[in-house]
Amino acid sequence: MNPMLTVDDLRVSFPTRTGLIEAVRGVSFTLGRERLGIVGESGSGKSQTGRAIMGLTPAHARISASKLNFDGTDLLTAPAKVRRSLRGSRIAMILQDPKYSLNPVMSIGRQIVETLRTHENVGKREARDRAIAMLEAVQIRDAGRVFDLHPHEVSGGMGQRAMIAMMLIAGPELLIADEPTSALDVTVQLDVLGILDKLVAERGMGLIFISHDLRLVSSFCDRVIVMYAGRIVEEIAAVDLANAKHPYTQGLLNCMPTLGTDRHPLPVLDRKPEWAA
Amino acid sequence: MRAAIAAENLTVSYDDFLALDDVSIDVASGESFGLVGESGSGKSTLLRAIAGLAPVSDGRIALDGETLDARYRDKAFYRRVQMVFQDPYGSLHPRQTVDRLLQEPLAIHGVRDAERRILRALDEVGLGSSFRFRYSHQLSGGQRQRIAIARALIIEPEIMLLDEPTSALDASVQAEVLNLLEQVRRDRKLTYIMVSHDLGVVTHMCERLAVMKSGKVVERLSSGDLVAGRISEAYTKNLMVASKGFVRKAALA
Ligand SMILES: Nc1ncnc2c1ncn2[C@@H]1O[C@H](COP(=O)(O)OP(=O)(O)O)[C@@H](O)[C@H]1O
Ligand SMILES: Nc1ncnc2c1ncn2[C@@H]1O[C@H](COP(=O)(O)OP(=O)(O)O)[C@@H](O)[C@H]1O
Ligand SMILES: [Mg+2]
Ligand SMILES: [Mg+2]
Repeated sequence: MNPMLTVDDLRVSFPTRTGLIEAVRGVSFTLGRERLGIVGESGSGKSQTGRAIMGLTPAHARISASKLNFDGTDLLTAPAKVRRSLRGSRIAMILQDPKYSLNPVMSIGRQIVETLRTHENVGKREARDRAIAMLEAVQIRDAGRVFDLHPHEVSGGMGQRAMIAMMLIAGPELLIADEPTSALDVTVQLDVLGILDKLVAERGMGLIFISHDLRLVSSFCDRVIVMYAGRIVEEIAAVDLANAKHPYTQGLLNCMPTLGTDRHPLPVLDRKPEWAA
Repeated sequence: MRAAIAAENLTVSYDDFLALDDVSIDVASGESFGLVGESGSGKSTLLRAIAGLAPVSDGRIALDGETLDARYRDKAFYRRVQMVFQDPYGSLHPRQTVDRLLQEPLAIHGVRDAERRILRALDEVGLGSSFRFRYSHQLSGGQRQRIAIARALIIEPEIMLLDEPTSALDASVQAEVLNLLEQVRRDRKLTYIMVSHDLGVVTHMCERLAVMKSGKVVERLSSGDLVAGRISEAYTKNLMVASKGFVRKAALA
């Protein structure tokens, strides 16, 4: 079976006054209709990898790949119009920070309705009903009230869920979820994962799940890519994560505070220069 | 012992909506107190009310036994009480350098000795002096949150209101930031009120905690009781179950 997405030797760098920042340094992987986790510490290049696929690399950055292919379309050479239409309908991304992706001057409900109506020819009434149903699906209580609120009037967790609702209402084939649940409390987090899980299982959506929470990723994803300093240091089946080989992966697993373990201070990563080589 | 911070029967409403409904907590000097509960339960609102950033319509907030004005906070208050927000993107101006961001609180409070304090603050939060002239939009999330913490610490407050300070960070950085927060609390005898959705984090950092739901405190307990499962509310028990990770329903069926 052909993978839905092929990424080969992806590189993203930023020229700055103090030199070139190499955010992504030769990342390669493929994705089928599965849940692929990308973990790694802040700055390891997870978001820039996701953004490159989505076509949201900042204009001043340099991007290259020997292959960046979505379902037969070469994303790097595709005309802007083709990319935009892919982005609008077949590929979606839940951004790390909902405040940046929700329009501050438009009510949450209207944003979801407009997203839906650019993809499907539905009447106002139906669009509103479906938007409210989607808000309820991401466990927003009192969805009718939240529909009329502006992004600054809701808590961070609720903004995040509104954003997820907006992305899911278009029914994408490939969803890149960048820390989609890190601002949510545990119960809601699991509800959202349940929704994503269903989309993968029932609709065959491909999911790239970017997260810093290894425990969550290991209980949720099929495969996990571990990134360090712009590179992949380990790729491992999620169920085998506890037996990870790379000391970086082991260190990440070790440093989490867990209920009932009393470790003060917490063990921290002892970073080795060769990890970034 | 007198409470460093006490909130009594606090009520905050937005139009007809009660974001806080008759909430009371008291936090002893030097204590680390946790707040947990689902999104929208009012945790941030409680911290914001203490910081004078939410419309308090009823109740009282006292700092060292002295009742504060319902809304207004003077400069002296912010010298003693600092807040770190959950969102490391929104709280720092993207077009400012780290140096500017750290100079600002020093200027506001008329603190001299800026050079030494900035270098120390950067060192304390584990960022070298090479970060000093970077713009905040060039930093990753974890780096920004360290700067936000450095900004709060640099004027040497007594009380820190920490709103999900590590929830946007990956595990390695979280461990370092939690160790950092514990270390400075010990060194400077700080008092913390800390919100987190991660029960592992809260029980690691706090001696006692309050569980919030729909603007109310539904349970108060010690971290020891929570870990041992000595829980009275079903709501708290649900939080405990959920903290164990994702369970695929299809796999069970
Ligand atoms: N606009 C930018 N200019 C310069 N460097 C950037 C920019 N955006 C990101 N970076 C750098 O690229 C690296 C990777 O960032 P990112 O992909 O956001 O990391 P992650 O998502 O894994 O935390 C980091 O070192 C970050 O500082
Ligand atoms: N400025 C505001 N206007 C209207 N409602 C608000 C405002 N700020 C917060 N709220 C509401 O108050 C409730 C509690 O929010 P918050 O304290 O941020 O929750 P959390 O426990 O997630 O931190 C939410 O339902 C939110 O929508
Ligand atoms: Mg990121
Ligand atoms: Mg909050």
